Amino acid sequence: MFACIHGPGAELPQIAEAFSPFFEQTTPDTVVFRIDGLRRLYGTHHQIAHAIELRAGNDVNISIAETAEAAILAARNFAGVTVHPDLNALDITTLPLTDEISEVLDSWGIHTLAQLAQLPETGIAERFGPAGVSLLRLARGAVDRPLKIFRPEITYDDRIQLDHPISLLEPLLFLIARMLNDQCEKLQSHGMAANEITIRLELETKTEHVRTLRLPIPMRESKALLKLLQMDLEAHPPEAATAALGLSLKPVNPRTVQNGIFLPVTPAPDKLELTLARIRGIVGEDNVGVPELLNTHHPHPFRLAPRQPLLTDPPPITIRHAFRYFRPPLAATVELQNGRPTRITASGIHGKVLNASGPWRTSGDWWTPAPWNRDEWDITLSTALYRIYREQHWYIEGTYD
Amino acid sequence: MNLNAALSTALGFRSDPKPREILPTGLPSLDAIIEGFPRGAISEIIGPDSSGKTTLIHSLLAASTSRCEVCSYVDTNDSFDPVTAAAAGVALSQLVWIRCGHNAGHALKAADYLLHAGGFGVVVLDLCQVPPRIANRIPISYWYRFRRAIENTPAILALVENEPMAKSCASLMLEMKRKKTAWRGAPGFELLRGVELEALSRKPVRPAEAAFKAKAI
Repeated sequence: MFACIHGPGAELPQIAEAFSPFFEQTTPDTVVFRIDGLRRLYGTHHQIAHAIELRAGNDVNISIAETAEAAILAARNFAGVTVHPDLNALDITTLPLTDEISEVLDSWGIHTLAQLAQLPETGIAERFGPAGVSLLRLARGAVDRPLKIFRPEITYDDRIQLDHPISLLEPLLFLIARMLNDQCEKLQSHGMAANEITIRLELETKTEHVRTLRLPIPMRESKALLKLLQMDLEAHPPEAATAALGLSLKPVNPRTVQNGIFLPVTPAPDKLELTLARIRGIVGEDNVGVPELLNTHHPHPFRLAPRQPLLTDPPPITIRHAFRYFRPPLAATVELQNGRPTRITASGIHGKVLNASGPWRTSGDWWTPAPWNRDEWDITLSTALYRIYREQHWYIEGTYD
Repeated sequence: MNLNAALSTALGFRSDPKPREILPTGLPSLDAIIEGFPRGAISEIIGPDSSGKTTLIHSLLAASTSRCEVCSYVDTNDSFDPVTAAAAGVALSQLVWIRCGHNAGHALKAADYLLHAGGFGVVVLDLCQVPPRIANRIPISYWYRFRRAIENTPAILALVENEPMAKSCASLMLEMKRKKTAWRGAPGFELLRGVELEALSRKPVRPAEAAFKAKAI
């Protein structure tokens, strides 16, 4: 058996929750819930309806019916309290009809639910398809569906107003640790994780210092999050003492990974993130990541993506001569004969060119502020193989190794 | 306990009765001599410019990433080229690249963090082109620390250098040489086709040399 409350008022979820923890908010003005367990508390269905009426007031319609859909129909169309309603006399316009179905039913002289319920299901299916069948079942009160349980929106925010401003990071971290522990426990209990964490420090100077960490993988380990926040605040400390602090976590579904039994062990994502954060603190934010090739003919067709490594299908293995860049490229003096390099001099590198292959002429990005236009040569000296290029001046780009 | 075992324990020497797990390089001629790179140990690859050190490292990374391992490249002088690495078969998405901006101290610290974090198949510490005055100042205690950090793990610490640095802490030392450069085409229109490289095992000492060819990209 189901009870439905229909009417104005923002407190319908609270009223329904007083009778059952599992209820459905079908629309903002309609809630429905099971009442099977309320018999011992309140007695008969009429007594249950009376108890709901006492709590909800007289402004709403209350109905009790066999199915959720029947209870909803009754609450929306009968005023006051209705127990075991007779829906036969209801007009078919109370059902969610499309214009086409409404016109056809009208032409057939079908105006009430009782008339619709008597029509053969096969004929309705042939004429209207699945939409018609679901209407027919609704009219017969035969739709028995599970409730879509209402879940209130949960936020993972916390704020502490301090009695005295704190200027040192260490005591601040104690407070952040406490807040993080609470929020991470909350995440754990709801089966969620966070992929973004924002700390908002309200400073003594009436300004705000806001830091947001976007995590490469959803995490909910308070120790790891605290360490990440600590390293970030050490790298970007607030300008003044903190008078209040707020913490907010963005909830997402946790990452689920099925590791193969025969696959080798890879770094634990949270531990790896901490390690990479530590290394970023040493070498700089933009110098740690995963190399990514770009779809371009640019001389440096790659970039460093700041994310964690992912297992993918490996490319086929071939033995290819590797290249090493000189960053920045070495400025060189090149002697030419018939347009071909014959001798090169640069810092630490000089000698007669034994073989040269080129020029390989490339250009591009002329529509951007950083175009390139260069002639490349592969050359052999007695000591090593180099790639040189001319772009206004001569440079040694690197060595084949 | 016999005298040998008692002395070893007292002096801090530890016998290693377990055969070391190895990672084949994917170069048949080299694997025939050294079988592969020992896991849980430091390996050094040395040689001058254009001797094939980086080619061998790319082969090692390709072999490791093809086994679904995550690797790391600590790049002291920002010299890593992802294009040739990808052409050699390195799964770039499984490679953590750390650019150290010509700072050997930062590179050593980054390698230390990575080795202690664990879970990596191969950690490459590229110290090529580090000036000798800086290379000579690297405390030897780093190599002992690294060796201790990776023993009993499946990780390989591969050092790429012009001159040996880890010395006694390394379990494998390969010296690379360029044997021949292959140019094809008529004079004046030559194309670089590839190189013939040679690897010599300095530690453990093997009399044979492994030669292999690498195609130009």
